[in-house]
Amino acid sequence: MSAEKNPSTTANGGTNPAVDGSELIKFDNVTKRYGSNVVLDNLCFDVSSGKHVTLIGPSGSGKTTILRLLMTLVKPDEGTIKVAGDYLSHEEKNGKLVPAGERHQREVRKNIGMVFQQFNLFPNMKVLRNITEAPVHVLGLGKDEAEQRARELLEMVGLTDHIDKYPSQLSGGQQQRVAIARALAMRPQVLLLDEVTSALDPELVAGVLDVLRDIAHSTDITMLCVTHEMNFARDISDDVLMFDAGRVIESGAPEKIFTDPEHERTREFLSAVL
Amino acid sequence: MTWDWSAVGDFMPRFWDGVLVTLQALVLGSLIAFALGLIWAMAQRSPLKVVRWPVVAVTEFIRNTPLLVQLFFLFYVLPEWGVTLSALTTGVVGLGLHYSTYTAEVYRAGIDGVPVGQWEACTALSLPRSRTWGAVILPQAIRRVVPALGNYVIAMLKDSPMIAVIGALEMLGQARQFTASTFQPTEPITVVGIAFILIAYPASLLMRALERRLVR
Ligand SMILES: Nc1ncnc2c1ncn2[C@@H]1O[C@H](COP(=O)(O)OP(=O)(O)OP(=O)(O)O)[C@@H](O)[C@H]1O
Ligand SMILES: [Mg+2]
Repeated sequence: MSAEKNPSTTANGGTNPAVDGSELIKFDNVTKRYGSNVVLDNLCFDVSSGKHVTLIGPSGSGKTTILRLLMTLVKPDEGTIKVAGDYLSHEEKNGKLVPAGERHQREVRKNIGMVFQQFNLFPNMKVLRNITEAPVHVLGLGKDEAEQRARELLEMVGLTDHIDKYPSQLSGGQQQRVAIARALAMRPQVLLLDEVTSALDPELVAGVLDVLRDIAHSTDITMLCVTHEMNFARDISDDVLMFDAGRVIESGAPEKIFTDPEHERTREFLSAVL
Repeated sequence: MTWDWSAVGDFMPRFWDGVLVTLQALVLGSLIAFALGLIWAMAQRSPLKVVRWPVVAVTEFIRNTPLLVQLFFLFYVLPEWGVTLSALTTGVVGLGLHYSTYTAEVYRAGIDGVPVGQWEACTALSLPRSRTWGAVILPQAIRRVVPALGNYVIAMLKDSPMIAVIGALEMLGQARQFTASTFQPTEPITVVGIAFILIAYPASLLMRALERRLVR
């Protein structure tokens, strides 16, 4: 088991920092193709524990694919991905790397939470159950403890009054805040955010971004964020990665990237979105 | 042709026997069709080819051969393999099995109709397969196919006279037997026809009530 190599990482509290200071997420020469379309091209990058990293880049450059790889919704064709010191897409058996089995992926993935563009709340469950379902059935929390945790999170996202409603009774912005609470209820070390405000009416965007800013500033959770909200990216990011055609063409602090980018493609992209 | 109330009276004892058989066939057959169809539909979503492929083959085969042939097969061939079932049990199994291949299609459409984002959310939360199906996918899939399932209950009721061919005398079978000895077809057949309506109507009301409860 790869867990032996790194016993500190099997615990799944979002509060304990992972492998101290080092990379929490590590992409090593990851290639992903769809047919002849090379979506990620020998991609290498890593994210240190506690950092907030924003991925920017033109449509089709592979940003969503990166998050889906981390969520094991797609598999890499080549290369390896490590999360909290454990291989995600592979596991070690008798000293060899083999494609990871379902159970291994599930264990490593417990470190990762994701918020989707389309919220993807469970419409057949009330808000409270949406949030407690996984803590109870995946982490094995007692019902009371899970509900307590859910209430705290709902308070944080400002939805205490809506605990007994179905998702269809909420606005898009409220649904997305429930989805954020649902992801956080698993106490992940990493939170993946894929254009979480782009399905929202413009007047609802600010509420969701405020919640995320709050989380970014008040917790030590690691964030990997795809967004077209450049002001938000500037506020919360430690690092910005500019993607083009499946490669990181430029990376750095947000002040640098947004005000004085090196790369011509970055300049073009920013002038198009800003 | 005259209507003979005394023939109606004479038919009644047999009629009630037939009603009992029809209702048993309908209720138990529906339960088998609902349960087995769900199993077929879920198996067709299995990640394992060795599960998917045989299930597709068997359900296609059953759906595309006549119920009558299947009833005869179960009735005459199973005993040769050492499985002896009563005529009614054979009929119930035959109806349930046959209709399970239709309900499987209904469930499948329901499952396909659940947005892919729901599966992805389950993965993102690491929900085990049992919760993914039981708490998220099926509750959403089934509530939208209840009306279609209800239609098959009515269809099964209308097919239920077929089990008389293997000797499970439901209402129509009883009527025909009665006629064979009395040469009075009008009264028993009429009674049976009305009885079909009287069973079908509450059955569809029941399904509609279920639908209202589930579809919110
Ligand atoms: N399931 C799939 N099958 C085939 N091609 C796919 C699939 N998913 C993504 N792609 C392709 O992979 C490339 C990268 O897609 P991806 O969604 O990662 O881009 P993105 O950077 O998130 O773009 P956007 O800003 O539009 O969301 C695109 O060319 C897309 O067409
Ligand atoms: Mg995308």
